[in-house]
Amino acid sequence: MSRQSMRSNDPKKVSGELFTLTYGSLVAQLLKDYENVDDVNRQLERMGYNIGMRLIEDFLARANPGRCYDLRDTADKIQQAFKLYLGVSPSIGSWSPGGDEFSVVLETNPLAEFVELPDHCLGLRYSNILAGVIRGACEMVQLEVMAWFIADQLKGDNVTEIRVKFVKRLEDAIPAGED
Amino acid sequence: MTIHNLYLFDRDGQLLYYTDWNRKKQSGMTRDEEAKLMYGMIFSIKSFVAKVSPVDLKEGYLTYTTNKYRLNLYETPSRLKFILNTDIHAQGIKELLQQIYTQVYVEYVVYNPLCNLKKPIESELFAAKLDEVVKQSAAYASRPA
Repeated sequence: MSRQSMRSNDPKKVSGELFTLTYGSLVAQLLKDYENVDDVNRQLERMGYNIGMRLIEDFLARANPGRCYDLRDTADKIQQAFKLYLGVSPSIGSWSPGGDEFSVVLETNPLAEFVELPDHCLGLRYSNILAGVIRGACEMVQLEVMAWFIADQLKGDNVTEIRVKFVKRLEDAIPAGED
Repeated sequence: MTIHNLYLFDRDGQLLYYTDWNRKKQSGMTRDEEAKLMYGMIFSIKSFVAKVSPVDLKEGYLTYTTNKYRLNLYETPSRLKFILNTDIHAQGIKELLQQIYTQVYVEYVVYNPLCNLKKPIESELFAAKLDEVVKQSAAYASRPA
Protein backbone atom coordinates (compact mmCIF):
# COMPACT_ATOMS: atom_id res chain seq x y z
CA MET A 1 0.00 0.00 0.00
CA SER A 2 2.93 2.33 0.53
CA ARG A 3 3.33 2.88 -3.19
CA GLN A 4 -0.24 3.99 -3.50
CA SER A 5 -0.17 6.46 -0.65
CA MET A 6 2.90 8.10 -2.12
CA ARG A 7 1.29 8.65 -5.44
CA SER A 8 -2.03 9.92 -4.18
CA ASN A 9 -0.55 13.20 -2.89
CA ASP A 10 2.25 14.33 -5.07
CA PRO A 11 4.07 12.28 -7.64
CA LYS A 12 7.53 11.49 -6.46
CA LYS A 13 9.78 14.44 -7.10
CA VAL A 14 13.38 13.97 -8.02
CA SER A 15 16.20 16.37 -8.57
CA GLY A 16 16.00 17.95 -11.99
CA GLU A 17 19.76 18.06 -12.20
CA LEU A 18 20.06 14.32 -11.88
CA PHE A 19 17.59 13.94 -14.72
CA THR A 20 19.38 16.49 -16.89
CA LEU A 21 22.75 14.88 -16.34
CA THR A 22 21.44 11.37 -16.94
CA TYR A 23 19.96 12.53 -20.22
CA GLY A 24 23.26 14.16 -21.04
CA SER A 25 25.13 10.91 -20.57
CA LEU A 26 22.59 9.14 -22.77
CA VAL A 27 23.18 11.61 -25.59
CA ALA A 28 26.95 11.44 -25.10
CA GLN A 29 26.84 7.65 -25.30
CA LEU A 30 24.73 7.74 -28.46
CA LEU A 31 27.21 10.12 -30.04
CA LYS A 32 29.91 7.55 -29.33
CA ASP A 33 27.87 4.65 -30.64
CA TYR A 34 26.80 6.24 -33.90
CA GLU A 35 29.04 7.92 -36.35
CA ASN A 36 26.78 10.61 -37.65
CA VAL A 37 24.42 12.93 -35.85
CA ASP A 38 21.44 12.08 -38.05
CA ASP A 39 21.46 8.55 -36.65
CA VAL A 40 21.61 9.97 -33.14
CA ASN A 41 18.65 12.22 -33.86
CA ARG A 42 16.72 9.22 -35.15
CA GLN A 43 17.59 7.08 -32.14
CA LEU A 44 16.55 9.81 -29.71
CA GLU A 45 13.24 10.15 -31.49
CA ARG A 46 12.68 6.41 -31.34
CA MET A 47 13.52 6.22 -27.66
CA GLY A 48 11.16 9.11 -27.03
CA TYR A 49 8.42 7.31 -28.92
CA ASN A 50 8.81 4.25 -26.70
CA ILE A 51 8.74 6.42 -23.60
CA GLY A 52 5.67 8.29 -24.83
CA MET A 53 3.75 5.05 -25.33
CA ARG A 54 4.11 4.26 -21.65
CA LEU A 55 4.07 7.78 -20.32
CA ILE A 56 0.60 8.40 -21.72
CA GLU A 57 -0.87 5.73 -19.45
CA ASP A 58 0.79 7.32 -16.45
CA PHE A 59 -0.49 10.73 -17.51
CA LEU A 60 -4.04 9.46 -17.96
CA ALA A 61 -3.98 7.72 -14.60
CA ARG A 62 -2.42 10.64 -12.76
CA ALA A 63 -4.05 13.68 -14.26
CA ASN A 64 -7.27 12.05 -15.49
CA PRO A 65 -7.48 14.60 -18.31
CA GLY A 66 -10.41 13.07 -20.20
CA ARG A 67 -10.64 12.83 -23.95
CA CYS A 68 -9.68 15.51 -26.42
CA TYR A 69 -12.34 16.85 -28.72
CA ASP A 70 -10.13 19.07 -30.81
CA LEU A 71 -6.49 19.89 -31.27
CA ARG A 72 -6.68 22.88 -28.93
CA ASP A 73 -7.67 20.49 -26.16
CA THR A 74 -4.69 18.38 -27.06
CA ALA A 75 -2.36 21.36 -26.96
CA ASP A 76 -3.62 22.31 -23.49
CA LYS A 77 -3.01 18.81 -22.25
CA ILE A 78 0.48 18.70 -23.71
CA GLN A 79 1.14 21.92 -21.82
CA GLN A 80 -0.20 20.32 -18.65
CA ALA A 81 2.00 17.27 -19.19
CA PHE A 82 5.14 19.39 -19.60
CA LYS A 83 4.33 20.97 -16.26
CA LEU A 84 3.81 17.60 -14.63
CA TYR A 85 6.87 15.83 -15.99
CA LEU A 86 9.42 18.57 -16.61
CA GLY A 87 8.26 21.27 -14.22
CA VAL A 88 8.14 23.93 -16.93
CA SER A 89 5.16 25.72 -18.44
CA PRO A 90 5.59 26.03 -22.18
CA SER A 91 3.42 28.47 -24.07
CA ILE A 92 1.30 27.28 -26.95
CA GLY A 93 1.12 29.44 -30.00
CA SER A 94 1.67 30.03 -33.71
CA TRP A 95 -1.46 28.19 -34.77
CA SER A 96 -1.65 27.50 -38.46
CA PRO A 97 -4.66 29.04 -40.23
CA GLY A 98 -6.24 25.60 -40.61
CA GLY A 99 -5.86 24.93 -36.88
CA ASP A 100 -3.98 21.70 -37.47
CA GLU A 101 -0.53 22.84 -36.42
CA PHE A 102 0.85 24.59 -33.36
CA SER A 103 4.07 25.30 -31.51
CA VAL A 104 5.14 24.41 -28.02
CA VAL A 105 7.51 27.14 -26.91
CA LEU A 106 9.89 26.56 -24.02
CA GLU A 107 11.60 29.54 -22.41
CA THR A 108 13.98 27.19 -20.68
CA ASN A 109 14.66 23.65 -21.69
CA PRO A 110 15.32 21.46 -18.65
CA LEU A 111 17.01 18.81 -20.79
CA ALA A 112 19.61 21.19 -22.11
CA GLU A 113 20.81 22.86 -18.95
CA PHE A 114 24.61 22.72 -18.59
CA VAL A 115 24.93 21.91 -22.29
CA GLU A 116 26.97 23.49 -25.03
CA LEU A 117 27.10 21.90 -28.43
CA PRO A 118 30.61 21.30 -29.73
CA ASP A 119 31.26 22.48 -33.27
CA HIS A 120 31.19 19.07 -34.89
CA CYS A 121 27.62 18.33 -33.83
CA LEU A 122 25.74 21.33 -35.07
CA GLY A 123 23.32 18.99 -36.81
CA LEU A 124 22.42 17.34 -33.53
CA ARG A 125 18.91 17.96 -32.26
CA TYR A 126 19.89 17.56 -28.66
CA SER A 127 16.41 17.35 -27.12
CA ASN A 128 14.90 15.34 -29.95
CA ILE A 129 13.61 12.81 -27.45
CA LEU A 130 10.80 15.26 -26.63
CA ALA A 131 9.52 15.16 -30.18
CA GLY A 132 9.36 11.37 -29.94
CA VAL A 133 7.56 11.45 -26.62
CA ILE A 134 4.87 13.74 -28.02
CA ARG A 135 4.39 11.56 -31.08
CA GLY A 136 4.26 8.31 -29.08
CA ALA A 137 1.88 9.63 -26.47
CA CYS A 138 -0.52 11.12 -29.02
CA GLU A 139 -0.54 7.95 -31.06
CA MET A 140 -1.82 6.00 -28.07
CA VAL A 141 -4.85 8.28 -27.84
CA GLN A 142 -5.76 7.89 -31.50
CA LEU A 143 -3.96 10.95 -32.78
CA GLU A 144 -1.28 10.65 -35.39
CA VAL A 145 0.94 13.73 -35.19
CA MET A 146 4.34 14.82 -36.37
CA ALA A 147 6.58 16.71 -33.98
CA TRP A 148 9.89 18.36 -34.72
CA PHE A 149 12.16 21.13 -33.46
CA ILE A 150 12.18 24.44 -35.31
CA ALA A 151 14.16 26.51 -32.81
CA ASP A 152 16.67 25.51 -30.20
CA GLN A 153 18.41 27.64 -27.62
CA LEU A 154 21.49 25.49 -28.02
CA LYS A 155 21.77 26.83 -31.54
CA GLY A 156 21.46 30.47 -30.59
CA ASP A 157 17.68 30.87 -30.85
CA ASN A 158 15.86 32.83 -28.16
CA VAL A 159 13.53 30.01 -27.23
CA THR A 160 13.16 26.30 -27.83
CA GLU A 161 10.22 25.62 -30.10
CA ILE A 162 8.63 22.29 -31.02
CA ARG A 163 6.19 22.24 -33.90
CA VAL A 164 3.33 19.74 -33.72
CA LYS A 165 1.28 18.89 -36.78
CA PHE A 166 -1.91 16.84 -36.77
CA VAL A 167 -1.87 14.11 -39.40
CA LYS A 168 -4.97 12.03 -38.87
CA ARG A 169 -7.25 10.37 -36.39
CA LEU A 170 -6.70 6.69 -35.90
CA GLU A 171 -9.78 4.51 -35.67
CA ASP A 172 -10.56 1.64 -33.33
CA ALA A 173 -9.33 -1.71 -34.52
CA ILE A 174 -12.15 -3.77 -35.93
CA PRO A 175 -12.58 -7.24 -34.49
CA ALA A 176 -10.68 -10.07 -36.11
CA GLY A 177 -12.80 -12.12 -38.46
CA GLU A 178 -13.54 -15.79 -38.00
CA ASP A 179 -10.66 -17.93 -39.08
CA MET B 1 -22.80 -9.24 -3.99
CA THR B 2 -20.36 -10.78 -6.35
CA ILE B 3 -17.76 -10.03 -8.92
CA HIS B 4 -17.65 -12.72 -11.55
CA ASN B 5 -14.83 -12.18 -14.02
CA LEU B 6 -12.61 -9.64 -15.74
CA TYR B 7 -11.39 -9.20 -19.29
CA LEU B 8 -8.75 -6.68 -20.33
CA PHE B 9 -8.42 -5.86 -24.01
CA ASP B 10 -5.82 -3.67 -25.66
CA ARG B 11 -6.51 -1.18 -28.43
CA ASP B 12 -6.10 -3.83 -31.10
CA GLY B 13 -8.72 -6.09 -29.58
CA GLN B 14 -6.23 -8.53 -28.17
CA LEU B 15 -7.05 -10.14 -24.85
CA LEU B 16 -4.33 -8.99 -22.46
CA TYR B 17 -5.65 -10.60 -19.34
CA TYR B 18 -8.49 -12.73 -18.12
CA THR B 19 -9.35 -13.92 -14.68
CA ASP B 20 -12.44 -15.03 -12.81
CA TRP B 21 -13.55 -15.24 -9.21
CA ASN B 22 -17.07 -16.60 -9.05
CA ARG B 23 -17.90 -17.95 -12.42
CA LYS B 24 -20.44 -20.69 -12.21
CA LYS B 25 -21.04 -21.29 -15.89
CA GLN B 26 -18.46 -21.66 -18.63
CA SER B 27 -19.13 -20.63 -22.17
CA GLY B 28 -18.14 -24.01 -23.59
CA MET B 29 -15.55 -22.66 -25.99
CA THR B 30 -11.88 -21.91 -25.82
CA ARG B 31 -10.73 -18.73 -24.13
CA ASP B 32 -9.55 -17.38 -27.47
CA GLU B 33 -12.91 -17.84 -29.10
CA GLU B 34 -14.70 -16.41 -26.11
CA ALA B 35 -12.43 -13.35 -26.12
CA LYS B 36 -13.06 -12.77 -29.81
CA LEU B 37 -16.77 -13.02 -29.27
CA MET B 38 -16.61 -10.64 -26.31
CA TYR B 39 -14.54 -8.07 -28.15
CA GLY B 40 -16.78 -8.30 -31.20
CA MET B 41 -19.85 -7.69 -29.10
CA ILE B 42 -18.27 -4.75 -27.25
CA PHE B 43 -17.22 -3.27 -30.56
CA SER B 44 -20.73 -3.61 -31.94
CA ILE B 45 -22.41 -2.28 -28.82
CA LYS B 46 -20.12 0.72 -28.82
CA SER B 47 -20.87 1.67 -32.38
CA PHE B 48 -24.56 0.92 -31.89
CA VAL B 49 -24.73 3.09 -28.78
CA ALA B 50 -22.83 5.91 -30.47
CA LYS B 51 -25.20 5.83 -33.46
CA VAL B 52 -28.55 5.67 -31.70
CA SER B 53 -27.63 7.97 -28.83
CA PRO B 54 -29.96 10.98 -28.69
CA VAL B 55 -27.39 13.04 -26.76
CA ASP B 56 -23.67 13.63 -27.04
CA LEU B 57 -21.68 10.85 -25.44
CA LYS B 58 -18.64 11.81 -23.46
CA GLU B 59 -17.90 9.12 -20.98
CA GLY B 60 -15.95 5.96 -21.56
CA TYR B 61 -18.19 3.85 -19.36
CA LEU B 62 -20.95 1.54 -20.38
CA THR B 63 -22.99 -1.19 -18.75
CA TYR B 64 -25.75 -3.55 -19.65
CA THR B 65 -27.79 -5.61 -17.28
CA THR B 66 -29.58 -8.89 -17.70
CA ASN B 67 -31.70 -10.39 -14.96
CA LYS B 68 -28.69 -12.35 -13.67
CA TYR B 69 -25.58 -10.27 -14.14
CA ARG B 70 -24.28 -6.87 -15.17
CA LEU B 71 -21.48 -6.23 -17.62
CA ASN B 72 -19.39 -3.12 -16.91
CA LEU B 73 -17.11 -1.69 -19.55
CA TYR B 74 -14.60 0.99 -18.71
CA GLU B 75 -12.54 2.34 -21.57
CA THR B 76 -9.55 4.61 -21.03
CA PRO B 77 -8.74 7.39 -23.50
CA SER B 78 -5.92 5.15 -24.70
CA ARG B 79 -8.58 2.60 -25.67
CA LEU B 80 -7.77 -0.05 -23.13
CA LYS B 81 -10.97 -1.88 -22.31
CA PHE B 82 -11.66 -3.25 -18.86
CA ILE B 83 -14.72 -5.49 -18.72
CA LEU B 84 -15.99 -6.68 -15.38
CA ASN B 85 -19.03 -8.88 -14.88
CA THR B 86 -20.77 -8.44 -11.56
CA ASP B 87 -24.13 -9.24 -10.08
CA ILE B 88 -26.86 -6.70 -10.76
CA HIS B 89 -26.71 -5.02 -7.36
CA ALA B 90 -22.98 -4.26 -7.26
CA GLN B 91 -22.15 -0.64 -6.48
CA GLY B 92 -19.13 1.50 -7.24
CA ILE B 93 -17.86 -0.64 -10.10
CA LYS B 94 -16.79 2.29 -12.22
CA GLU B 95 -14.54 3.51 -9.42
CA LEU B 96 -13.21 -0.01 -8.95
CA LEU B 97 -12.33 -0.26 -12.63
CA GLN B 98 -10.59 3.11 -12.54
CA GLN B 99 -8.67 1.93 -9.52
CA ILE B 100 -7.65 -1.24 -11.33
CA TYR B 101 -6.37 0.89 -14.19
CA THR B 102 -4.45 3.49 -12.17
CA GLN B 103 -3.23 1.38 -9.29
CA VAL B 104 -2.75 -2.02 -10.84
CA TYR B 105 -2.29 -1.77 -14.60
CA VAL B 106 -0.24 1.43 -14.66
CA GLU B 107 1.82 0.54 -11.59
CA TYR B 108 2.61 -3.05 -12.39
CA VAL B 109 2.51 -3.24 -16.17
CA VAL B 110 3.32 0.20 -17.56
CA TYR B 111 6.04 0.89 -15.00
CA ASN B 112 7.54 -2.54 -15.55
CA PRO B 113 9.83 -2.36 -18.57
CA LEU B 114 9.86 -6.15 -18.82
CA CYS B 115 6.14 -6.19 -19.55
CA ASN B 116 5.55 -5.83 -23.25
CA LEU B 117 2.45 -3.66 -23.58
CA LYS B 118 1.35 -5.52 -26.68
CA LYS B 119 1.52 -9.03 -25.26
CA PRO B 120 -0.80 -10.78 -22.81
CA ILE B 121 0.18 -9.94 -19.24
CA GLU B 122 2.17 -12.65 -17.51
CA SER B 123 3.36 -10.70 -14.47
CA GLU B 124 2.49 -12.51 -11.26
CA LEU B 125 2.77 -9.29 -9.32
CA PHE B 126 0.05 -7.82 -11.50
CA ALA B 127 -2.17 -10.84 -10.90
CA ALA B 128 -1.63 -10.71 -7.15
CA LYS B 129 -2.33 -6.98 -6.89
CA LEU B 130 -5.41 -7.25 -9.07
CA ASP B 131 -6.76 -10.01 -6.87
CA GLU B 132 -6.04 -7.93 -3.78
CA VAL B 133 -7.77 -4.82 -5.09
CA VAL B 134 -10.84 -6.71 -6.24
CA LYS B 135 -11.16 -8.67 -3.03
CA GLN B 136 -10.92 -5.49 -0.98
CA SER B 137 -13.71 -3.79 -2.89
CA ALA B 138 -17.11 -3.48 -1.34
CA ALA B 139 -18.70 -5.22 -4.29
CA TYR B 140 -16.73 -8.39 -3.67
CA ALA B 141 -18.15 -10.92 -1.28
CA SER B 142 -17.90 -14.47 -2.41
CA ARG B 143 -20.90 -16.65 -2.03
CA PRO B 144 -20.03 -19.96 -3.59
CA ALA B 145 -23.06 -21.90 -4.70
